[in-house]
Amino acid sequence: MRLPDWPGHVAGQHVDVRLTAPDGYTAQRSYSIASAPSEPEVDLVVERLDDGEVSPYLTDELRSGDLLEVRGPIGGFFVWPEHSDTSVQLVAGGSGVVPFVAMLAHHRTTGSSVPVGLMYSVRTPADVIGPDELQPRPGVGVVLTYTREAPGDWSGLRGRIDQEKLAQHVVPPDQGPAIMICGSTPFVEAVSRDLLALGHAADRIKTERYGGMGEGS
Amino acid sequence: MSFVSRGFEGRRRSGPPGRLPPGQHDVGDDFPVLSAGPVPYTKQDDWDFSIQGQVDGVQRWTWDEFRQLPREPITVDIHCVTSWSKFDTRWEGVSVDTLLDNVETAAEYVLAFSDGGYTTNLPLADVLDNQAWIVDTYDGEPLAAEHGGPARLLVPHLYFWKSAKWVRGLTLNLFDEPGFWENFGYHNYGDPWKEQRYAGD
Repeated sequence: MRLPDWPGHVAGQHVDVRLTAPDGYTAQRSYSIASAPSEPEVDLVVERLDDGEVSPYLTDELRSGDLLEVRGPIGGFFVWPEHSDTSVQLVAGGSGVVPFVAMLAHHRTTGSSVPVGLMYSVRTPADVIGPDELQPRPGVGVVLTYTREAPGDWSGLRGRIDQEKLAQHVVPPDQGPAIMICGSTPFVEAVSRDLLALGHAADRIKTERYGGMGEGS
Repeated sequence: MSFVSRGFEGRRRSGPPGRLPPGQHDVGDDFPVLSAGPVPYTKQDDWDFSIQGQVDGVQRWTWDEFRQLPREPITVDIHCVTSWSKFDTRWEGVSVDTLLDNVETAAEYVLAFSDGGYTTNLPLADVLDNQAWIVDTYDGEPLAAEHGGPARLLVPHLYFWKSAKWVRGLTLNLFDEPGFWENFGYHNYGDPWKEQRYAGD
């Protein structure tokens, strides 16, 4: 999207997209920003839900040149910790990786020295979002696990993220990493519970479920 | 606003007429879960509820004491700022009126506080007169931890982030003190019928 008067965003923030029908009926949903703040355009990743109201419009109907009503950037909590004095551990399930793609892009474009690790659970190779941004590089570790189908020559992890995988691949608790988890509710619940069991502190863990901020905490 | 999204018809309004605030959609049988951090699993034995702040003495109820207070069933619509609404949700709990019955205060605001460090602020008037409850059952079952159990605040006339999960008490304040999401750009009051989602709405 080209957004005139866009004030800029912080990696991890989202926008509300609002659609208006001719009779004034409106529908709105939140979508995470996938692009780095330094990019001139703002990228969203929209996962099409077959029974959805807004996502099928965005994926099937919307064309280049259309106007879109967008509000944002929104959210100041689940954002890249710019001046972190510890390493940052990101854990994503499915399209929960989108805010982390923005964070890794920001990390790259700013030459950040904060060590960052991403653990990403994804169904199949075709489902990987932002593969170019997810290449490991100095200071950035990326661990993928395929839950349904892995590439033919895959020698890495398979199956859901569990306590054993977390113990092996996440920055250990004694280094006190800042942890951010994003994905579906069952994913976030399972991962945060496992990380607590491994000795990570609750106040070092930030979570976000699909759809932005929450009800009652 | 005269803006129209080309080619968008939208699903026709679902749910009972007049009960869906602007920009919201009905999630039907779903009950989405959102939170800023891990779910705290507070045991009932370790739980208590406090009224503190601008009061002569702190009032505190253990779980057993809380469970003996007068209870009432509540059936209400709830509206989350992320745009889902859910109709006719059934809860049971204690009216905040009951908890504040013997409290003398000059306070005009409350800050609800929760396990995990979450807070949210409301005008005192908005938790009085049968508008707010501390609930510990949902749909006839003990309130699940992911939905805020052992007990959560329920203030259905405001966006649902005001209905603090894992609530442990109310601090009565002379001055308004923004809570967790209110400090991150969300609206200070949060009336879904006025679409007060973000600061400035």
